[in-house]
Amino acid sequence: MFQDEQFRLKVGLAEMLKGGVIMDVVNAEQALIAEKAGAAAVMALERVPSDIRKEGGVARMSPVSKIREIMASVSIPVMAKARIGHFTEARILEALGVDYIDESEVLTPADEEHHIAKRDFKVPFVCGARNLGEALRRIAEGAAMIRTKGEAGSGNIVEAVRHIRTIVKEMKQLTVLGKEELVHEAKNLGAPLELVEWVAEHGKLPVPNFSAGGIATPADAALVLQLGAEAVFVGSGIFKSEDPEARAKAIIKAATYFNDPEKLLEASEDLGMAMPGLDVSKLPAEELMQTRGW
Amino acid sequence: MPKKVGVLALQGDFEAHAKALERAGAEPVLVRTAEDLKSIDGLVIPGGESTTMLKLLDFMNLKDPLREFAREKPVFGTCAGAILLAQEVRNPAQESFGVIDLTVDRNAYGRQIDSRVATIHPAPEFGERAGAGDVEAVFIRAPIIRRAGPAVKVLAEYEGDPVLVEQGRHLVATFHPELTQDSRVHKLFLSKL
Repeated sequence: MFQDEQFRLKVGLAEMLKGGVIMDVVNAEQALIAEKAGAAAVMALERVPSDIRKEGGVARMSPVSKIREIMASVSIPVMAKARIGHFTEARILEALGVDYIDESEVLTPADEEHHIAKRDFKVPFVCGARNLGEALRRIAEGAAMIRTKGEAGSGNIVEAVRHIRTIVKEMKQLTVLGKEELVHEAKNLGAPLELVEWVAEHGKLPVPNFSAGGIATPADAALVLQLGAEAVFVGSGIFKSEDPEARAKAIIKAATYFNDPEKLLEASEDLGMAMPGLDVSKLPAEELMQTRGW
Repeated sequence: MPKKVGVLALQGDFEAHAKALERAGAEPVLVRTAEDLKSIDGLVIPGGESTTMLKLLDFMNLKDPLREFAREKPVFGTCAGAILLAQEVRNPAQESFGVIDLTVDRNAYGRQIDSRVATIHPAPEFGERAGAGDVEAVFIRAPIIRRAGPAVKVLAEYEGDPVLVEQGRHLVATFHPELTQDSRVHKLFLSKL
């Protein structure tokens, strides 16, 4: 059975982050701003996705000294990113004591066929997904949290919406199928039957399902939460905006009151400029981050 | 009529608590505003990030209503909830409601890799009031109660530290009973309403 004691602990921390906002930070100063605003966790990385996109080159795990500095500065959980398939970066992050590892398409993949065998680790992993098959493959490998990928660093919510809608719809469809149809569906999804049956019975993923990739405003955060996400990751959206502190607070407020238009209005006032956005449909295929992962 | 029990739903595992309350026979109500506090018989402050919850309580002007509520009705805090209800919080120091006379160190077992599932042997009184037998305790980046005042009754310990305590109408656990299928701790809270 996939739900052993280690798995429950890993999922348990994800449960604690629900309704919260996890913010990308590149140094201790940003981490403190995020914590002070009320972030539920921070994600330590070398460059935020929009800078990775701009500057190009190989994006790797953040320098250890940076992550250490961030861990020392805040009391909330600290996550860090490892490249897809780069299990030694992940081992280093585990030895460092980060609270969650994001095996992330935002960094340059280290393996174009395999992801990390995540069950072997004591530290929990979160992975990106665009559809149910991808999500269940990552869970089969040991991911204890899924985040829909969206398109990182774009400031454009369209891909995040596409991915959360796709996963929610594919889960709904499974709930009406018979046993023999589930075997066929497992084949189509490229996912283990045990997990497909679990989703068919419960109508949701066996791990928390968060949203990422393109969230730039309180309204964006509320939108994906209304569509079924249980918490949000905000990358470039905070620290590439005009007033990061105000925007961080506003998005946190929106994550709690995502169903309350009056409170959302309040959260949306006087925020300054959002980060500049990109038209994802105009991006050349090789610049898309969401297609990384297998 | 089932008891209406609120779950503070600003951030954290409030849904897990709502389900656990349902299993224990109560009617859960998600609480996000001061208005929501008016209709409930007791309140659960769930696990999550205590710093985040404090910020949101501040934003929403919920601190005073919550203090007032605790003066009249039972409150049950787990993990982050325990931290918010304590008299004194350390590592690092932060504001708290002082509802229960405890000194609590945050993240005292270490980071996530030090999180654990443990079997604890509650005091006989817990067995008498809630049902006999061991309790499976899920500790996630959990706090440790370093000092419990004279008015605090310890109902269970783990490695020599109190992990389930009560003071008058209020109850505190440093672990997460809502993440197991065992309803006894929630039933104990309902018996105090």
